[in-house]
Amino acid sequence: MTVREKAEVLDAAGLDRALTRIGHEIVEQAGGADLALVGIKTRGETLADRIAGKIAGIEGKRPAVGALDITLYRDDLGSRAEQPQVRSTEIPFPLKGITVVLVDDVLFTGRTIRAAMDALMDLGRPRVIRLAVLIDRGHRELPIRPDYVGKNLPTSRKETVAVMLTEHDGQDRVVIQEPEENESPAGAQAGREAAAKPRRTLRKGREG
Amino acid sequence: MSLLIKGGRVVDPANEHDAVADVLVVDGRIAKIGRGLKAPEGTEVVAAADKVVCPGLIDIHVHFREPGYEYKETIATGTRAAAAGGFTAVACMANTLPVNDNRSVTDFIMAKARVEGVVRVYPIGAVTRGLKGKELAEMAELAEAGCVAFSDDGQCVMNAEVYRRAMEYALPFGAPLISHAEDENLAHRGAMHEGLVSTELGLLGQPWVAEDVMVARDILLAELTGAHVHIAHISTAGAVRLVREGKARGVRVTAEVTPHHLVLTDDAVREYDPNTKMAPPLRTKRDVEAVLEGLLDGTIDCIATDHAPHALSEKEGEFGECANGVVGLETAVSVLLDRLVRTGRMDLPTLVARLSSGPARLLNLPGGSLAQGAPADITVLDLEREWTVEPSRFRSRSRNTPFAGQTGKGAPVLTIVGGTVVTA
Amino acid sequence: MAWTRKDLVSMQDLEPAEIGDVLDTAESMKEIATREIKKVPTLRGKTVVNLFYEASTRTRTSFEIAGKWLSADVINFSASGSSADKGESFLDTAKNIEAMSPDVVVVRHKAAGGPALLARHLRCAVVNAGDGAHEHPTQALLDLLTIREKKGHLEGLNVTIVGDITHSRVARSNIHGMRKMGMTVTVAGPPTLIPPACQEMGVKVSHRLEEAIAHADVIMMLRLQHERMTGGFIPSLREYSRVWGLSLDRLQHCRPDVLIMHPGPVNRGVEISPEVADSPYSVILDQVTNGVAVRMAVLYLLAGGKAA
Repeated sequence: MTVREKAEVLDAAGLDRALTRIGHEIVEQAGGADLALVGIKTRGETLADRIAGKIAGIEGKRPAVGALDITLYRDDLGSRAEQPQVRSTEIPFPLKGITVVLVDDVLFTGRTIRAAMDALMDLGRPRVIRLAVLIDRGHRELPIRPDYVGKNLPTSRKETVAVMLTEHDGQDRVVIQEPEENESPAGAQAGREAAAKPRRTLRKGREG
Repeated sequence: MSLLIKGGRVVDPANEHDAVADVLVVDGRIAKIGRGLKAPEGTEVVAAADKVVCPGLIDIHVHFREPGYEYKETIATGTRAAAAGGFTAVACMANTLPVNDNRSVTDFIMAKARVEGVVRVYPIGAVTRGLKGKELAEMAELAEAGCVAFSDDGQCVMNAEVYRRAMEYALPFGAPLISHAEDENLAHRGAMHEGLVSTELGLLGQPWVAEDVMVARDILLAELTGAHVHIAHISTAGAVRLVREGKARGVRVTAEVTPHHLVLTDDAVREYDPNTKMAPPLRTKRDVEAVLEGLLDGTIDCIATDHAPHALSEKEGEFGECANGVVGLETAVSVLLDRLVRTGRMDLPTLVARLSSGPARLLNLPGGSLAQGAPADITVLDLEREWTVEPSRFRSRSRNTPFAGQTGKGAPVLTIVGGTVVTA
Repeated sequence: MAWTRKDLVSMQDLEPAEIGDVLDTAESMKEIATREIKKVPTLRGKTVVNLFYEASTRTRTSFEIAGKWLSADVINFSASGSSADKGESFLDTAKNIEAMSPDVVVVRHKAAGGPALLARHLRCAVVNAGDGAHEHPTQALLDLLTIREKKGHLEGLNVTIVGDITHSRVARSNIHGMRKMGMTVTVAGPPTLIPPACQEMGVKVSHRLEEAIAHADVIMMLRLQHERMTGGFIPSLREYSRVWGLSLDRLQHCRPDVLIMHPGPVNRGVEISPEVADSPYSVILDQVTNGVAVRMAVLYLLAGGKAA
């Protein structure tokens, strides 16, 4: 599927400022309680790591960071032609009694977060789960709302939001993309499905 | 019955004839072969232009399963399968139930054949009682009753002393002993040929030596006793070499090969299809080349199908547990015409000889020739006829063929026994 | 992912990329075993039938645990004492089970070719849990995972498989799998227990144990079955053990970082001495742990796709 960039939403500086603000908000709301960040693979993990760095700068103490792969909890398995790749989950600390902040790059239908919450519940019983996302692009299909948002971004369904991070894509940028002229929305959707791959994916492809 | 078969290429190796001619049949016998023959009053004319007309083909190794295993095949269904395959005569093996080791079973078979059979049926009697390999069967009585050869086929007579005595005893009857050469211990119930394929498939294989050891033994026993021993379904390069050397030494050894051993190798077994399981098993490319060479140079005297019908339930399921054997009457001629003659590996007169005069001579049967006065057993072939093997349309009661779904060109189209057309 | 197959019948069929998929997935799934609640909802509502014609507690339990941790419904059908005893044919039994709509049938049978037959006839996914002497693909996959974990890679490693190769489905599956992953395989055993044309499978054949294991990165010992004695393949267990058994002093001449593997169950004192089985070189128990992970991966890969 071919897309073209429609607009840049955040440049590197803007992205960094958003993460700084999120870091402050998390710290403020936590009020000193035991905190852990759990990033949803793959880019959520990277963002969680960065936010942890911000918090270390604010509080002098870096919160625990874990990584969650939600593939085994997806609600769309068995309706796809191929099984999606399972990556490992690494949460090397107990979750009981802790404030867990889930971190993801783009919040869209909410299904990924639903799966992530189910996974967390299977792994332990956090005292409280909060949600931090870099971009909220609307179009929720489930009653899920974020606690900390980098940027609210109204989009149309056929557009896609691409979060690029240096660790994965060589640069820090967030852009909106739209399909090339001849592309039907269905084709773009199918393309999104196919693009659910590691590393060089330029857009969020996990949701269904 | 009178027939005039017009304009076909008449291939009659026994009389060294290979030319376009008409064949006139009167009262069930060959009356005349020549060009531009006129049909007398009331003679049916069969147009045979662009077809091949040859002596009725003879298969000296079939299993008709009657009496005892009629669910697999009967003389009625088996002879119809033979006719469909272009055969006018068959010799049927003794491993029925009860075994054909006494005259009452032979009489039963011959009576059934007379009443329900559509081609000629010659019974083969057992060598030992019950095929147990211990005591001689009453071969004199069997010969009197009409048996044309003796064989424990299905089993090997493992005890060399017993087989020696059998060869000696059978000498006066002028009928050969047909050997199923397989050392039971070396073969150890291997389900296929022992080699790379059996190793990769994890199946127990039987080595070539299980056949060669017994072929060597049987040739030496024939050398000692002066008997005529005929090696059934020869399949290994080594066995062919042994027969060639035996013949050169003057031993009265002859051999037959099946169509499947001429065209298939053990690679055919890779899908674990039980329709590729038979004894002896499909062998390697080298063996296939060797038996073909042997067939061409006359070391192997004839082709015989070893038509071995089995019910679906016996050929479905775990490979190692399935019965051994495949049917062959309805595919033999087509497969050989397509895979050997059309490809130029064998010429048509040689093929016809190996399927007619060859077998007739071996068992001293009438037939295998279109000489004047001979019974009018005739097969007509169409070398251009395209075919697909559809087991569901077999006349045989059984469907166990390794050629299911295969296609080719060249097939028998008319079978005539004693001047009567026996194919639909 | 490269995996699109309906069934897992043999290692011989697989491409290296598919093997990689299974190993990577299994590795990611290992952590489930460390959780307090060993359950993920991935195969919820899927039915897995273990159709075992040969007794096998270990493999069957491994598949059962794998299925249950993935939230599948696992049914054990052991064919002895069932309609099979009453003469029902293998294919009939399988078709009867299929009529109950399972998603996966895991089958172990003493006859080679059984799972291939089922894979052709059944609509659901078929996993070969061992068919006679032919193949045992999940065993080879867990062996490869174990080696990769311990050595960090597979390509270029030297593996020696010792014992009754002729009757071993584990050996065959491993030979195929290891060769596809770029490993060099040597088989070692008495000539009567090395199958015909074995070299043509692309392995080295040795009849001297010391020579065969001297440079091995991995030594895999196979179980010797008692039937081999009565079958005339070896004169006695005693002699086999003396000539072919892996003892501690034989081990001294091997590489210091050698891995000792065994598909189990171990005949202590026959093919492997107790000291070796319990030594730090042995990864036999890791094999078992990885077995569950590999079987979870296989069930995940087969039970999801509707591509068939």
